[in-house]
Amino acid sequence: MHGPTSTGIPTRKLGMWTFIGSECMLFATLISTFLIYRGRNVVGPYPEELLNIPFITVTTFVLLMSSLMMVLALAAVQRGQRRASLLWLFMTALFGLIFLTGQYIEFSHFVHEGLGLSRNLFSSTFFVLTGTHGAHVAGGVIWLGTLWILALRGRLSPERAETVEIAGLYWHFVDVVWIVLFTIIYLLR
Amino acid sequence: MSQTSSGHEGGTYAGGVWSWLTTVDHKRIAILYFVAGFIFLLIAGMEGQMIRLQLARPENRLLDPEFYNQLFTMHGTTMVFFAGMPLIIAFFNFVVPLQIGARDVAFPRLNAFSFWVFLFGGLFLYASFFFGGAPDGGWFAYMPLTGSQYSPRTGMDFYVLSLLLAGIGTIAGGVNFLVTILNLRAPGMSFMRMPLFTWMAFVVSALILLAFPPFTIGLVFMLFDRMFDTLFFNAAAGADPLLWQHLFWVFGHPEVYILILPAFGVVSDVIPTFSKKPLFGYPVVVFSGILIAFMGFGVWVHHMFSTGLGPIVNAVFGGATMLIAIPTGIKIFNWIATMWGGAIRFKAPMLFAIGLVGTFVIGGLSGVMHSSPPSDLQQTDTYFVVAHFHYVLIGGTVFGLFSGFYYWFPKVTGRMLSERLGAAHFWLTFLALNVTFFPMHFSGLLGMPRRTFTYAEGLGLETFNLVSTIGAFIFTLAFVPLVLNLWRAWRRGEPAGPNPWDAATLEWTMSSPPPHYNFAVIPEVESRDSLWHPHVDPGHEPGAGDPEPGGVIPRLQPDPAPEPVHMPNPSFWPLILALGLLVVTMGGLLGLRVVIPGVLLTFVGLFGWAFEPTEG
Repeated sequence: MHGPTSTGIPTRKLGMWTFIGSECMLFATLISTFLIYRGRNVVGPYPEELLNIPFITVTTFVLLMSSLMMVLALAAVQRGQRRASLLWLFMTALFGLIFLTGQYIEFSHFVHEGLGLSRNLFSSTFFVLTGTHGAHVAGGVIWLGTLWILALRGRLSPERAETVEIAGLYWHFVDVVWIVLFTIIYLLR
Repeated sequence: MSQTSSGHEGGTYAGGVWSWLTTVDHKRIAILYFVAGFIFLLIAGMEGQMIRLQLARPENRLLDPEFYNQLFTMHGTTMVFFAGMPLIIAFFNFVVPLQIGARDVAFPRLNAFSFWVFLFGGLFLYASFFFGGAPDGGWFAYMPLTGSQYSPRTGMDFYVLSLLLAGIGTIAGGVNFLVTILNLRAPGMSFMRMPLFTWMAFVVSALILLAFPPFTIGLVFMLFDRMFDTLFFNAAAGADPLLWQHLFWVFGHPEVYILILPAFGVVSDVIPTFSKKPLFGYPVVVFSGILIAFMGFGVWVHHMFSTGLGPIVNAVFGGATMLIAIPTGIKIFNWIATMWGGAIRFKAPMLFAIGLVGTFVIGGLSGVMHSSPPSDLQQTDTYFVVAHFHYVLIGGTVFGLFSGFYYWFPKVTGRMLSERLGAAHFWLTFLALNVTFFPMHFSGLLGMPRRTFTYAEGLGLETFNLVSTIGAFIFTLAFVPLVLNLWRAWRRGEPAGPNPWDAATLEWTMSSPPPHYNFAVIPEVESRDSLWHPHVDPGHEPGAGDPEPGGVIPRLQPDPAPEPVHMPNPSFWPLILALGLLVVTMGGLLGLRVVIPGVLLTFVGLFGWAFEPTEG
């Protein structure tokens, strides 16, 4: 039913951009709360005792590389290269999964060291903030998995590349959010 | 795989229950929103009535304090989230695509989904009455009062979960309308030719997208504090006890503009129509609306002057609040200037519009009074504030919505309403508003506190409260002519025809009710008030077959459509997805054994939706 749009931007893509705008406010609220509550913990364990920066740097690198994989996947879909599409979509999702596994290891390490969800302000804000981000990554992985199945069945033709591009917008956004989170949680002292 | 049609085929609204459950037509979804929102309005109105009955005389023991707390909480929560916003979105749905020359919204299935989650959220909230009592912490639900320590009952859990659920639909609606207005305008419909109602729908969609996320996160924090003992609002653990208030009001104040700007939009369309003059200072009215929305994000602390944030903070936020009176005042003067020298017809939509101009000024001025922190400290949590926001919400939002109701009813249904009954409805509502809420200015200034279930004798509050209670009954009485009017329209309402008001905008170019594809031919827009500027074809040779003499090309849509129109198919996936989320929400109270099937159903809905061979 949609002819050419008023702005020239495809409607679904504009919808994703609009949604991302709203998501910015969501993460801004979480980040503000995290920053306001920095250093206000009454009991330990304190973040500086537990944060494993080298480990998270590696998973951060993996997540950033997944954005590169996403770009390659989109290019392959646009060119109609089915095998390359399958490969790069798989790699994007896999790198997302590796990141999530890293997060799982980190979370269980914290809990093991006595820093559960309701231990202190750091743990409350940290788990909810990074957990919300992790949920976004998990949603993206499921989305990528769906696209991968579509590609496997030969249903991701170059005409449907916009679907992959929109998934890519979301994926890159989630990555960019992580760059901010990595900076404020792990690097800022 | 799309429905194709060239004629009316039994009308826009024909079909059984299934067709309404699966509809993706913005006009039908508008009616669903309107009916559901109106029922919630009546329920919340009855809660208000019970509050007034309890306060009719001092030391009254009609209601116990616990139930009274539930009543004012549910009254406010329902009015804002389940009556005011859905009624506004009902108008967005019906009017915006028609005003911009579109055949539907950008994402029709998402639109249906928004409705279902709103409805389920509201039903879930009201289920609380049957399962351990309703929320009782006020509509702004201040933590830590609403935390598990001080509100151990499940009432506040219902509040959090229902608003999280309904909020998903609200944000989806914001995306939908923003994209619709950005992307689906007919050729020639530039931004500065858009009708004011569409403009305000655009601004409000942006407000929704930016204001709801902080509230969502606040609700998530509250949920986690209540259910998993996190410490977001626990001062003993070092948390800031004001965090909730900041998160709530950084949403809550823009929410005020989400509720009022659509009403301003309605009035900005109604007043020109019934004055037979283009809107005075169109660009200024548009930019005032944008400015109000923008400044609305920078004034939330005026809800928190009494928390002691210090003189600098209070002065800055007080000053910013006062500044908002400027763009608002500009709009008021533009409406008056539009009427000035116009050929005014006092039809029901115009009565409500003029009513808004008058009563909103009263509410606006008392708002300016408590924008000053020293004055606000006297008025905080008294009935003066109750008087203020009922003047802006009833005198503004409700009047604007009724104005729009009488204005667009002929377009929606194809029937005219009685002007006499409409006028009776207006005057009774106008009377009720002033009789109920004007005395509250005085009871408030005498120090009567909000949210207290009774008051002592001999404080000089008896008369004011009795008058307020009488006014509340006039509100009920005011619904009688409305119901009679609807019944009369149903039985023997005169056919409306395409443009009964001689209005200027695109929604009046097609038959009433509109065919389900809206526009048989997508119009080319050449001016702001299209229908008031007939298009003359210069090379036209007058002939016998002319629809109108003089080479004037009629603006009205051809009927039936010259070519088949492709419209999206109905879909039940939005309903399935919303049901899945409802089950997840119930799981918030019932545990994992309910959450897991809910998540599974949600995924069924998501994948069914994604793989359905249709657009949107």
